[in-house]
Amino acid sequence: MTPLLEVRGLTKAYGGRIGCAEVSFTLWPGEVLGIVGESGSGKSTLLNCLAGHLAPDAGQVIFDTRGEGPRDVLAMTEPERRMLGRTDWAFVHQNPRDGLRMRISAGGNVGERLMAVGARHYGEIRAQAADWLARVEIAEGRIDDRPSAFSGGMQQRLQIARNLVTGPRLVFMDEPTGGLDVSVQARLLDLIRGLVRRMGLSAIVVTHDLAVVRLLADRLMVMKDGRVIETGLTDQVLDDPQAPYTQLLVSSVLQA
Amino acid sequence: MIHVENLAKSFTLHTQGSAVIPVIAGAGFTVAPGECVALTGESGAGKSTVLRILYGNYLAQGGSVRIGGVDITRAEPREILRLRRETLGYVSQFLRVVPRVPTLEVVAEPLLALGRPEAEALDRARELLARLRIPERLWSLSPTTFSGGEQQRVNIARGFAHAYPALLLDEPTASLDAVNRETVLELIEEAKAGGAAIVGIFHDLAARARVADREVDVSAFTPGAA
Amino acid sequence: MSGTDYNFAYLDEQTKRMIRRAILKGVAVPGYQVPFASREMPMPYGWGTGGVQVTAACLVPEDRLKVIDQGADDTTNAVSIRKFFQKTAGVAVTERTAEATVIQTRHRIPELPLTEDQILVYQVPIPEPLRFLEPSEVETRKMHALEDYGLMHVKLYEDIARHGEIATAYAYPVKVEGRYVMDPSPIPKFDNPKLESAALQLFGAGREQRIYAVPPYTRVVSLDFEDHPFDPSKAAHPCALCGAEDSYLDEVIVDDAGGRMFVCSDTDYCAGRREAAA
Repeated sequence: MTPLLEVRGLTKAYGGRIGCAEVSFTLWPGEVLGIVGESGSGKSTLLNCLAGHLAPDAGQVIFDTRGEGPRDVLAMTEPERRMLGRTDWAFVHQNPRDGLRMRISAGGNVGERLMAVGARHYGEIRAQAADWLARVEIAEGRIDDRPSAFSGGMQQRLQIARNLVTGPRLVFMDEPTGGLDVSVQARLLDLIRGLVRRMGLSAIVVTHDLAVVRLLADRLMVMKDGRVIETGLTDQVLDDPQAPYTQLLVSSVLQA
Repeated sequence: MIHVENLAKSFTLHTQGSAVIPVIAGAGFTVAPGECVALTGESGAGKSTVLRILYGNYLAQGGSVRIGGVDITRAEPREILRLRRETLGYVSQFLRVVPRVPTLEVVAEPLLALGRPEAEALDRARELLARLRIPERLWSLSPTTFSGGEQQRVNIARGFAHAYPALLLDEPTASLDAVNRETVLELIEEAKAGGAAIVGIFHDLAARARVADREVDVSAFTPGAA
Repeated sequence: MSGTDYNFAYLDEQTKRMIRRAILKGVAVPGYQVPFASREMPMPYGWGTGGVQVTAACLVPEDRLKVIDQGADDTTNAVSIRKFFQKTAGVAVTERTAEATVIQTRHRIPELPLTEDQILVYQVPIPEPLRFLEPSEVETRKMHALEDYGLMHVKLYEDIARHGEIATAYAYPVKVEGRYVMDPSPIPKFDNPKLESAALQLFGAGREQRIYAVPPYTRVVSLDFEDHPFDPSKAAHPCALCGAEDSYLDEVIVDDAGGRMFVCSDTDYCAGRREAAA
């Protein structure tokens, strides 16, 4: 089996300050990798470098493309990277406003990726949008409403539908449950887990919420000061942390 | 099926002056297919720790644990994940699930993760829940709201959904009434008959006597005790 | 010189050369918006400063200029621009589409098919077809560069979702020569089929500092969906003056009692038909 994503020596500095340094890991098809650490630990920088939103200073991000096998994403041309970004890759932002078009209807939001890859049949685009709204538990009657009329949890589910409609293989998530009520979080987690399993998705989830990664991630990477200080199975890292910082992190959290 | 050799485990408490607490040294035992081994020893002797190392939940500092050809102490996370999916089951004392998921799906999940058809997985889940006397009206609810005994039975149903060749049981009969206890013991006996290698912790002495073929006293592995 | 103190067609020769370079680039890359250093003109933005600069750069003394606004030669905007070039370039002017060599227009394409020796200059308020969907200029330029046009169809999708049909009636987006999505300026969508023309078509946006072009015989396709094809519809009336059924009509209120009539928006076309009938 070929890894879906192989990251080697990824480094990004902001002037003299380290964003992330020498990050390497391998992600296999169907795996969910959690990245935890406190604010400023470099986890968001890492995610943005991986997803192509930031240009790293050094390193490789090798993705197993459908057509041509493993390729370094950082060496791709911008059009290739964009095509990847709307077909095989997806990015779920913490704030749904960053990932949705707030002045476009829910159906238009979901349909955009389809139209971006060439769908030109209104009826089919709309049918697919309706199907995806149902999958993320948004009533079909809301298809022409704008996301600004939705609750935070619904907006986040809409963002997920918008991202998954083209059947991506790798999803980046930045604090996907941040800013939501606890009960809404649970519903969203359940939804994401179900989609990951049914679609065979791989995902990289950045969060500072250890309860979220315990339920969502197979594996965990702990970051501090831009570096990966511990990796392992999620339950192993949380239940038997080795690094001093991880022990502190785990012991500081109220038991969930 | 399960080979434990010269296993060592210590905890380093970095948050408390880097104190090093050795908990297990020189542990070794073997479990054959169809055999059930009970871990014994006083509370705090390290029974749960051994079980957790066997599951890959705790890291070992030395020795090896080979299950189905994979050395858990050295394997890559994804090898352990596959082992847990296909080969190695674990019934812990606590049920940890996403709050909103219906009981039926919680129990069916190990089979769905193996890629079994949804109908087949749900059928098996229904069968186990019925057998463990979880009232059908509760199946569509999340088990997070259930009583301790009900949660334990859901946990057992989940642990037995797939016929794992290797199975770890942490007090499977605790907090169960006599009738359900009997059912769980039957499930264990059936798993044994099906060729599963089982390692368990049983505080219930009668249960232990009934299902365990051998006992391994964990106190013997306590560092400094020798 | 034209008998005034102005340089020919108002702009100095350096500026006209700069604009011609932009025009040539636009012709070379049909539909691509070429930035240019738009000059202050002696008229306010919104009155056709972009079109006027393009016209000034195209004019030669032998040209015969026609200027229309919403199809009419006799509206304020058309009259003042025509006078401007009469004064600064001394060129001949005409209201006859067939006689003109350069036609500057706002919001219409003449009904009469144009020919290879004619240039049609459009006044453009907002040249960026993606502007109302994506406010960032950096991003829209990237989208053009990468042919990332899914968003354009989102707008049409929204139209159908909201109105049951593509309700965009003017400035209807087109794809030029299979590559660039272009705003044809606020012409009615009725005129879109006429964008495939024998004449050179130049577009000037003064405030936004952009020039773009559709060379003769370039393929221009109006965007649509397979199940909602482009429809260049018009009011279902004949012209009340000339009886034309194939021309774009203006609705004119004729009294205080709500009386109205539909007449050709292209005044020259209407007049020509009536003369021929007389």
